[in-house]
Amino acid sequence: MAGPTIDALGQFRLETGMGPLGRMIDFSNSNEAMLASAVIIVVLFAVGISKGALVPGRLQALVELLYEFVHKMCVDTIGPEGLKFFPLVFTLFSFILLGNLLGLFPYFFAFTSHIAVTLALALFVFVFTTGVGFYTHGFGFLKFFVPAGVPGWLLPLLVPIEIISYLARPVSLSVRLFANMTAGHVMWEVFAGFMLLLTASFGILGAFASIVPLGLNVALVALELLVAVLQAYVFAILTCLYLHDAVHMH
Amino acid sequence: MDPQSAALLAKDIGGGLATIGVAGAGVGIGNLFGAFVSAVGRNPAARDTMFRDVLLGFALTEAVALYALVIALVILFA
Repeated sequence: MAGPTIDALGQFRLETGMGPLGRMIDFSNSNEAMLASAVIIVVLFAVGISKGALVPGRLQALVELLYEFVHKMCVDTIGPEGLKFFPLVFTLFSFILLGNLLGLFPYFFAFTSHIAVTLALALFVFVFTTGVGFYTHGFGFLKFFVPAGVPGWLLPLLVPIEIISYLARPVSLSVRLFANMTAGHVMWEVFAGFMLLLTASFGILGAFASIVPLGLNVALVALELLVAVLQAYVFAILTCLYLHDAVHMH
Repeated sequence: MDPQSAALLAKDIGGGLATIGVAGAGVGIGNLFGAFVSAVGRNPAARDTMFRDVLLGFALTEAVALYALVIALVILFA
């Protein structure tokens, strides 16, 4: 069939970036986006707090808002020990947030829409929280898998369930972020493809009718903006919850 | 029907069936916001504190729908 087709997943294809140098070291457009988001975070915070005014300007207010938001989330969720983990949670939150938001722009690459990236982040969180659990409680951390106040004959059933649900954490953590970002971008692509298909099959009439998918895409931008921020928040708060489990064991 | 087109057909049917799972997430999100609306009706002052939890629950529930999407994508493209 001639004419436009919908290539929904083509936008996630990896290409080498940064010219010949990038080709030499396999520097992909995903790495470009990661580097860009990391640089943006560092520059934003360096510039934002450089003045340190008592009455903050716009940029400083934004930076302080982000900082206090994550700070409060850490302390509220993990408890007073949460301050130790605040740098980690804040780094994860800002990195994922910037990655999601950068990916919303046309022709930008959303690196969080790759399962390899999100799984690496989630596995790191998983290994780290397990390590914190064993570091804090020694082998007593294994009691975490034995629910309290349960009759003994139920334990052979419950302990495997607890272990499986613990092992499922990195999977659900990574798939949640990856699927949310992928689904949003695929929806955009599909509705944008509808516009081309309508115009190709019905001519000028179709071009008029394609205002409907265009409007839907505009509405989807709002939804995706919400999802981008929300998923970064969810990733961060689930990291906090896992850390709470590791520190307090319940 | 030759085996190859039968496999393609089965692939498409399987991908379509995998999206049925989204119904559960629809029920979940409806439940969530229904409970939120009735709770705000009883205690409008608690709206802001509750809304944060609702957003978290929304994101967690929505993710379940996306697992179905991932299965569909795996069936179709993997």
